[in-house]
This record gives sequence, structure tokens and C-alpha cells, in this order.
Amino acid sequence: MTDVLVVAELLDGQLRKNTLSAVAFAKKVAEGTGGSFDVLAIGEGTEAAASSLAPYGARAILTAEIEGGYLAEKYSPTVSELCKSRSYGVVAATASTFGKDLLPRVAARLDAGVASDIAGVSVDGGTIVYRRPMYAGNVYGYCTISTDVHVVTVRQSEFEPAEESGGYTGAEAVEVVTDGPSDRIEFVSLVAQKSERPELTDAATVVSGGRALKSAENFKSVLEPLVDAFGAAMGASRAACDAGYVPNDLQVGQTGKVVAPKLYIAVGISGAIQHLAGMKGSKVIVAVNNNKEAPIAGVADYFLVADLFKAVPELTAEVKKARAGA
Amino acid sequence: MKILVPVKRVADPNNANKMKVSADGKQVVSGDLPWAINPFDEYALEAALRLLENGATGERAGEIVIVSLGVDDVQTTMRQALAMGADRGIHVKCDEGALDSLVVAKAFKAIVDAEKPDLVLMGKQAVDGDSNTAGQMLAELLGWPMATFAMSIAVDGKTLTVGREVDTGVLTLKVTLPAVVTVDLRIVQSKAVQNGITPASHAYPDDIRHISVKGIMAAKKKPLDAKSLGDLGVAQATTVTYSKFELPPARSGNTRYVETVGELVKLLQTEAKVL
Ligand SMILES: Cc1cc2nc3c(=O)[nH]c(=O)nc-3n(C[C@H](O)[C@H](O)[C@H](O)COP(=O)(O)OP(=O)(O)OC[C@H]3O[C@@H](n4cnc5c(N)ncnc54)[C@H](O)[C@@H]3O)c2cc1C
Ligand SMILES: Nc1ncnc2c1ncn2[C@@H]1O[C@H](COP(=O)(O)O)[C@@H](O)[C@H]1O
Repeated sequence: MTDVLVVAELLDGQLRKNTLSAVAFAKKVAEGTGGSFDVLAIGEGTEAAASSLAPYGARAILTAEIEGGYLAEKYSPTVSELCKSRSYGVVAATASTFGKDLLPRVAARLDAGVASDIAGVSVDGGTIVYRRPMYAGNVYGYCTISTDVHVVTVRQSEFEPAEESGGYTGAEAVEVVTDGPSDRIEFVSLVAQKSERPELTDAATVVSGGRALKSAENFKSVLEPLVDAFGAAMGASRAACDAGYVPNDLQVGQTGKVVAPKLYIAVGISGAIQHLAGMKGSKVIVAVNNNKEAPIAGVADYFLVADLFKAVPELTAEVKKARAGA
Repeated sequence: MKILVPVKRVADPNNANKMKVSADGKQVVSGDLPWAINPFDEYALEAALRLLENGATGERAGEIVIVSLGVDDVQTTMRQALAMGADRGIHVKCDEGALDSLVVAKAFKAIVDAEKPDLVLMGKQAVDGDSNTAGQMLAELLGWPMATFAMSIAVDGKTLTVGREVDTGVLTLKVTLPAVVTVDLRIVQSKAVQNGITPASHAYPDDIRHISVKGIMAAKKKPLDAKSLGDLGVAQATTVTYSKFELPPARSGNTRYVETVGELVKLLQTEAKVL
């Protein structure tokens, strides 16, 4: 029997939806081992987050209100001590930059093993086996953890968000522990990119642009109309982000965001190994590229061999027509 | 300032799709892929050099110590980092295939305790295991503040202002040394590192520096100490054990090439049914 603690991710006093992937993982482990799962809302605005978490079937919803922006140094002691005092067998979060930043600190404090960015989990006779991508998704490893506590981050694109399963339990405030090096670190600012479009990691369709777009203006005038015709999220290759055509948080790849939408359209992207690692789990992949030999062909279902500057406006018009008719 | 930069060797990451798994599924096999420095560690080393030098004159104040855990052959990779400009190396002998992040972090902690650097500057992730954990674990073991996913660093005395690439934008924080910083891709952009010494007019390339012949010659004479995990008082007792590896299922492999937008739209409607 393993009890799981999920650390929820909050932004501006709201629950981030990506947390529901970690909840889905926790449900699976709890079911498989006959245990339960609790969720901890930690940070600023935990009350609102706690009520958003209510319908997902947790045994308990815990809150730890900590003011000032997010700092791992300030959260790690509270999460770790909570884990010790309530004997959780697994501490989990979604493998966002928040989960990846915080949970290894928690692990070190608990002297626990970590399985990061897992793509799957199974319970085999009481033993929890984690499946995780390695080598830019070119190898999958199955691992077990021998410490009493396991620390796990969960790849959002591999765990469908948990569905509502009832049961508001109220929220219980837990002790905030403050013995980290927080006197030597200061939160200055979080400059967030505001966008009306769906989030990359939630979207059903992602349209990404690469170096071939050549400028920020072309991203705006050529690619964005296609993105919006689909009601899609916009993504990009590293080359496009590095060149400053789009903000860095749109990067898809091994070391950017991992997406698995129903439809992924790669426009002027060659398909380097590091890019493929972030999108090859997509259901349908379309490439628009003037070079038939581009490695993106290795994963593309449909490959439009064309100059993007001619093809994309045409495609935009067609998609608008098709969606207006639908 | 004294900076510790861990470097790990990885099988050529640009050919990661050539990785194989042994017939019994127990091992990952890199075959004849050449070894390379983990790219994020190269970026960390470049950032360390930019933190300590006057970019315009090449003069350097401070010391960069590299450390690597692995078999004897990792010294070849370490010499490349020395050729790039690190001052000396510490090689911790062990089978790097039988490590996990907790053991790695404990080994680094022992080295930090002995070497007392002001800063541990490291890659955010080793692109073989893709864990992204060792730096955070080290920071917690040391009781130090950290800044992960660093895309910019500005130094002001004992304080670093670090821009972090997070999912929702850019998070800026200030850390007081000693600290751990793990770097992201954009740390090698021209103006990403501001040390207050390099003139503002100096533009680095948006990439790591090339290794010069002079650098290679100099690297041969730089000190490289070898130690064992035992010397550091760390047991090679891993907490994470891999029982099996497998290759991912291939995609269908049937790429339909089309020449016109009309053909594509038709297929997306009738065959893929996504439009
Ligand atoms: C440590 C490390 C991590 C990395 N992580 C990532 C990552 O997470 N994500 C990522 O994306 N990359 C990553 N990269 C970079 C990656 O290796 C590639 O360099 C990058 O993905 C290339 O971007 P691109 O496809 O836009 O550009 P290019 O490789 O230059 O490709 C441009 C493509 O556009 C096509 N093209 C040109 N003109 C036209 C036109 N007019 N019409 C149609 N097609 C045209 C070309 O045929 C070509 O295929 C990483 C690299 C390193 C070293
Ligand atoms: N065997 C090793 N030798 C040297 N450095 C390592 C080793 N393993 C991990 N590291 C460092 O830890 C960072 C994060 O690694 P990881 O947590 O494995 O993704 C890497 O970028 C390296 O700087």
C-alpha cells in the first residue's frame, strides 16, 4: 500500500491545469497499490487552488500558504517535512519547470531516489515500475527505486489530465517549515508571456515554425494566421527561439516543451533529433518543407513539399474555409 | 571567484537515434558513436569562462575546476574541457553507467566541501539520461541557494542576478554566493553573461568558443587528479535501478508526399480526419 503526495503547481493564485497529469499518475499508483493520494497546494492563493482541486478524488487536500514568488528553497523544507510526518511512499509533481526545479531538492532532503519525467508507471506485485524516456526519447528505460520514498516527476503529454471523480474534503493547512537557505535568495520577477492562444502543452493542434520563417515579422504575418485558423497553439524550433523570432517558452523539444497534440504541423523545421524528441508522440504530423530530404520526413505522416511563403497563406485560406463550413 | 564545473561525457547526442539496446534488454549500447562533452556542460564551461575573463583582452581572474565521474577514458573528454580553458580537473573513477543522480550529487558535495568554490556552474541536464536532477540535489545537500534553467547571469560582487527560462516566461532571481546555477541553451548567447569586467561593446558569438591548437597543447600539461568514490567517502549505492530498456515503437513510416495545398487539405479531411 503506497500513499502518494502530489505537489500542485500554482500561478497567480490559480491552480495550473498541468497538475492534473500528476493527479492522474497518483490515482494510478494509489489504485495499483491499494493506497490513497493527497494533494498539497503550496504558495500564494492556496485556498482557491484547493477548491479547484476538490473534485478529483484526493483523500485530503493540504495547503501551505507561502508568500512572495516561487522559490524552491522556500518550498522544499515544507514538502519534505510533510512527506516525513505523513509517511508518503511517493511524492510527485508534473515535470514542468516548476516540478523539475523543486522535486529533486525534496529528494535530496529525504535521501530519496528520483525518477524524472516519467512516461508511464505500472505496479507489479506491489513494486512500482517507472518507464522513462532517455536519449531524447530514443530509448525507454524501466526503473525501480529502492528508498522508502520515491520522488517522481510526470511527463504531462503522457498522462491524460485526471477526470473529476467527486469528493470535496475541505482543506487542511499544514506546517510551513522555513529552514532552507532562503535568506540568500530573492525572487525578483516573473515576466510571463501573455497569449490568447491555448497553452502549448494543452492544445489539440500545434503549429510550429522554424528557422526558415526568417524573422519575427514573418512569424506574425505568415505563421500566426495559420495558427489562428486552426485555433492552435504556436510552437517553434530552438533555432527560431535563439534568433529571437518568438519567445523562448515556445520551444518544442528534448529540452523545451514536450507536446503530443492530435495534429502537429512543422513549418520550415528540419527535424533535428532534439526537436523530434518534443513532438513525435503527436497523433498526426504534417511537415511543410521545401526539402524532401529533411529528417522531419522520418516522423511526418504528410509532407507538403513546397515553399512555405507560398504554401502557408494558401493553407490558411483553405483551413478557414473548411472550418467555417464545419 | 572559483567555479566548479562538472562535465559528463555522452554518446554523440546528434545521433541519439542510433542508440541500441542489447538483446537481453539489460543495457543501452552506444556502439561506435563517439563520445562528446554533454552539450549543457559545454555551455556551463563557456559561461564560467565568460564570468571570469575580460572578453576583450582574454585576461582571466579566478579559477575553473572541472570534475567528472566515470571510467578512465573520461579523461579524454576532460582534456577537451581543459583545452577550452578550464584550469584543472578532478576525475572521480567509477563506472558512470552504474550511477544515479543522488550518488553524483553526494560525490559533488564531497568535492565542494574540499575545494570550497564560490559557484558550481553546471548543465541543467545530461542528454543521455535526460534526468535534470543532479544540480538541484547538490544545492539541497549543500544547503545552498540555486538557480536552474539559467539563460542569463549578471554578477555584482557576491550577488548573481539570474534569468531563468521557465514554462511561463522568464523568472528573475538574485542569489548570494556560494550557490549552484544550472544553465539552459540561451546562456551562450552573446550578451547572456555580464561580469562587469568585459566591456559592453564586446560581442561574444552566440555559441561556445572553438578549441585552439594552443589550448590543446596547454591542456596536456594541466593538472588532472584522480580519486575514487571511496576517497570521497561516497558509496556507489544507487537508489534507482534499471531492469530493462527498449526502443520506442516506430511511427508508421509511411510518409505521404504531396505537392499542392489542395492535396494536403483533402488528405487531412478524408484520411487523417483532423480538419
Ligand atoms: C543541447 C541541445 C539541445 C537542443 N534542444 C532543442 C530543442 O529542444 N528543440 C529544438 O527544436 N531544437 C533543439 N536543438 C537544436 C537542434 O539541434 C536544431 O539545431 C534545431 O532544431 C534546428 O531548427 P530548425 O529546424 O528551425 O532550423 P534548420 O535546421 O535550419 O531547418 C530549417 C528547415 O527549413 C527548410 N526551409 C528553408 N527554407 C524554406 C522555405 N522557404 N519553405 C519551406 N521550408 C524551408 C529547410 O529545408 C530546413 O529543413 C538543441 C540543440 C542542442 C545542441
Ligand atoms: N557522471 C557525471 N560526471 C560529471 N558530471 C555529471 C555526471 N552526471 C551528471 N553530471 C552533471 O549533472 C548535470 C545534470 O545531470 P542529470 O541530473 O543527470 O541530468 C549534468 O549536466 C552534469 O553537469
